[in-house]
Amino acid sequence: MSDIHAVTVPKWGLSMDKGVVAAWHKQPGDPVRKGEDLVDVESDKIANAVECPADGILRRHVAVVGDVLPIGALLGIIADAEVPDAKIDALVAEFHANFKPIEAAADGGPQPQVIQVGGKRVRYLAMGEGTDALLLLHGFGGDLNNWLFNQEPLAQGRRVYALDLPGHGESDKRLETGGLEEYAACVKGFMDAVDLRAAHLVGHSMGAAVALRIAVDAPARVRSLTLVCPAGLGAEINIDYLRGFAAANSRNQLKPLLAQLFADQALVNRQLVDDVLKYKRLEGVTEALNRTISAQFEGGQQRTLLRDAVGRCPAQVIWGAKDQIIPPQQAQGLPATVPVHRIASAGHMAHMEAASEVNRLIASFIAGVP
Amino acid sequence: MARQISYQQAINEALRQEMERDPTVLVMGEDNAGGEGSPGERDAWGGVLGVTKGLYPQFPDRVLDTPISESGFIGAAIGAAAAGMRPVAELMFIDFMGVCFDQIFNQAAKFKYMFGGKALTPVVIRTMVGAGLRAAGQHSQMLVNIFTHIPGLKVVCPATPYDAKGLLIQSIRDNDPVIFCEHKMLYGLQGDVPEESYAIPFGEANVVRDGKDVTIVTFGRMVHLSNEAAATLANSGIQCEVIDLRTTSPLDVDTVLESVGKTGRVVVVDESNPRCSIATDISALIAQKAFGDLKAPIEMVTAPHTPVPFADSLEDLYIPSPAKIRAAVQYVVDYR
Repeated sequence: MSDIHAVTVPKWGLSMDKGVVAAWHKQPGDPVRKGEDLVDVESDKIANAVECPADGILRRHVAVVGDVLPIGALLGIIADAEVPDAKIDALVAEFHANFKPIEAAADGGPQPQVIQVGGKRVRYLAMGEGTDALLLLHGFGGDLNNWLFNQEPLAQGRRVYALDLPGHGESDKRLETGGLEEYAACVKGFMDAVDLRAAHLVGHSMGAAVALRIAVDAPARVRSLTLVCPAGLGAEINIDYLRGFAAANSRNQLKPLLAQLFADQALVNRQLVDDVLKYKRLEGVTEALNRTISAQFEGGQQRTLLRDAVGRCPAQVIWGAKDQIIPPQQAQGLPATVPVHRIASAGHMAHMEAASEVNRLIASFIAGVP
Repeated sequence: MARQISYQQAINEALRQEMERDPTVLVMGEDNAGGEGSPGERDAWGGVLGVTKGLYPQFPDRVLDTPISESGFIGAAIGAAAAGMRPVAELMFIDFMGVCFDQIFNQAAKFKYMFGGKALTPVVIRTMVGAGLRAAGQHSQMLVNIFTHIPGLKVVCPATPYDAKGLLIQSIRDNDPVIFCEHKMLYGLQGDVPEESYAIPFGEANVVRDGKDVTIVTFGRMVHLSNEAAATLANSGIQCEVIDLRTTSPLDVDTVLESVGKTGRVVVVDESNPRCSIATDISALIAQKAFGDLKAPIEMVTAPHTPVPFADSLEDLYIPSPAKIRAAVQYVVDYR
């Protein structure tokens, strides 16, 4: 049956229990290639494209636009041209006969946990088992949910941690300085607390600068670096975005700012804006963000550049070509040993907008790290 | 955000966290300390429906039982606020406000204005509103409009546990007198509420559902009935935008007008009696400021112009229902 592939509703993040079919990008009979956008699905939180799992022909739309389907439900069938229709009919019938939607509440899947690091609360989510460990570090104003398209796929055969940095998500909001050193110390403390001697660090934006800081201060703890739209490589940054984000206290102020994070504006739905607004209202968040801005930026530019650290351990850079927060040109001039991947269709949130590609790049890079 | 608590627990948590944060916050009202000073179990009650239960053991000096004299203890709360405290007074039912009107609208609401901005009155009056509890005409009214009418008062009507906590924290920190209206039928409603403290700013409506065809403007418990109607209407292809005003004073005019600019069709849902209500106020505002956007007359879904009836069957008819909201939406959609 390797020539027939079922396309199913993915699970994006912990709270997703169903998806709405928003639009098909391909019609039955179209030739499709692995990794192409096949169909847009929306959850309560976010809309995204489901990618084609294999090369072949899109033989069937099983779901139509507007369908509300549970996780794992059948969307369509990819198969080679020579596979007879009868065989596809049989597969669809068999799928539906055996399909049991997973109850969201009874899922029993991994839930975020809380651990004390240096007397402060840190929330984290751990998934998967394996000898390789990954640590996912979100950016300024983000939280562990920023990795909702990445953590589960990367956790196949690996132990993957995502945490809320201090001042962020549901971790303690108190920051002493807001500098990279403080964030890095918290991450190292977290690694101690979960008994993680060394890990592959995947950092986005400010989280990448935090990863670089750790690579400089504690090289033995870092097996490799994947820097996604990273801070720390050049002076220039969209400081208006950062200041605007820290100051915004209503949906109308926040929405145009969040739109700058994505190449595809449709990804900024109301729920996403609401979730960020709810975070921003929490006591201590505005202070934490302002403290971070004053510590890490001066005169509208990044204060600490850590380019020299990039060549010292296995490292790769992934950048959305349409990044409006940090210019992708800052990846130029890095050591020749450091692969730089530009993703044409993505903005600053490349790991959300081009999740499958980013996941593939991370998985294959880590596999090659000695 | 994984934690769910009830609307009632969210209010209790807001009080607790603000009392922990600010030693000038105090809680007072009938049985708020559970009958302190009389024999029997301590912290037995916590207000008539138990909203303040558990606060007295933690803050024995700042949770006060009051006599059954609204005119007395509301006046005391207002005076304490003028003298630098941040009292949260529980006035069991908004229906009982009549006996302390002078304290509220002639005194508390006026101090800042009449003393040249030098006197602040950071008092919160928590009170139950709305019909549905089979409690008849003197315990069921939706008198939000009367307080919205008075300059100097702020009026808050949370619809969800998340909003109840964030809006009450904002109410306590606000330097003006706030009438905080808790819908008695929502006390058991569960919802996601962060454990951490947070404040929701006043005058910021919440667009709880996006739609392009009809704007439903509402607040309080009616948000849920409007959502229910909107969900049904979506099945027949009518997309309603549901706006929860959250605070009727200050009022988020911009969000309402922006939505009307998009849809051109409006239904206002208000549990109050129809004359001189939030429904008439919002309708007048839209007619005045967005007349050119309108494609149909503004519809109002309200209670009738009668007291809240005691008979179950009549009370059910009295309260706006999802069916009445659907009919109003259908009317503005079908108009021309």
